Amino acid sequence: MIFALTVFAADTPFEFESPAQQAQYQRLLEELRCLVCQNQSLADSHADLAQDLRDEVYSMLGEGKTNDEIREFMVARYGDFVLYKPPIKSSTTLLWFGPFILIFLAGFAVWRAVTRQKKAPQDLTEQEREFVEKLRNETPTSKEDSLQAKLRANDSNRDAPPIKPGNEP
Amino acid sequence: MNRYLIPAVIFIGLVAILGVGLNLDPRHVPSPLIGKPLPSFSLASLYEPDLSISETTFLGKPRLLNVWASWCSACVVEHPLLIALAQQKNVEIFGLNYKDEPRKAEAWLKKHNNPYKSIIVDPEGDLGLDLGVYGVPETFVIDKLGIIRYKQVGPLDNQAIEEIILPLLDELS
Repeated sequence: MIFALTVFAADTPFEFESPAQQAQYQRLLEELRCLVCQNQSLADSHADLAQDLRDEVYSMLGEGKTNDEIREFMVARYGDFVLYKPPIKSSTTLLWFGPFILIFLAGFAVWRAVTRQKKAPQDLTEQEREFVEKLRNETPTSKEDSLQAKLRANDSNRDAPPIKPGNEP
Repeated sequence: MNRYLIPAVIFIGLVAILGVGLNLDPRHVPSPLIGKPLPSFSLASLYEPDLSISETTFLGKPRLLNVWASWCSACVVEHPLLIALAQQKNVEIFGLNYKDEPRKAEAWLKKHNNPYKSIIVDPEGDLGLDLGVYGVPETFVIDKLGIIRYKQVGPLDNQAIEEIILPLLDELS
């Protein structure tokens, strides 16, 4: 991107009064869309129309026009579409605020899902609660014993020889 | 039920929005010039080099202003429709020869016939710029007060002529 811009700047035939004016020119071209190749700015585009509009921006800067005047000139001819950053107005509210609305909705959905999960045990029916209670009271010791017995059996089956502390180098 | 309903509704909503988005034409940029008078200009006429055409030439009756050039390939496509409009429907069409060379323009018209009442020569594209031209051919409907009422970007087709251009011209005259 930066490389492309410097190349473009290098073959610009324009001469500027000051580096500041050149920077202003470059910034304006970045902000303005080429209408022929719609996803390129005037700075990037090699379309004929983009060249014409670059010439226009250059000569308007030479006349001492401000950025706003140049933007207005373009909008009067090509509409808001020519601006990469569209103005906030009734037809663009969804564009500007839609993402925030979506984030809010997503946050709300997450919040709801989380609080719901916390509440879940209370949603058990009387019958289910009894069942859970029954499971909890069901001979916990015998279960534990069998588990430990299994683990022990597993241990003794390992064929790795026990480490003798004295033999280590 | 509810846990499937909400995602389903969101999904269908998304599909609907994306579907509408897909069917929109990104090249159709609403022109800010609709409802505004023609920009002021004074340019030569192709076949009457001594005559200059200006925005006041458009006063008096509704007309079409068709932006074309000999280098424009899509212009060939819509050209027979312009000829039919001029000959059969008696529509007065002005041409705007955009960023072209007069000799090439004349040769092109000799080959494809000339539907234009007059042709404005705009070799530098100055009037084109003021009209916000970005996709030749473009066609403007100008009312009898010289106000732009409609703009078509790209070649005219039968549908645009039958459904938009002709009804609008009827309404304006």
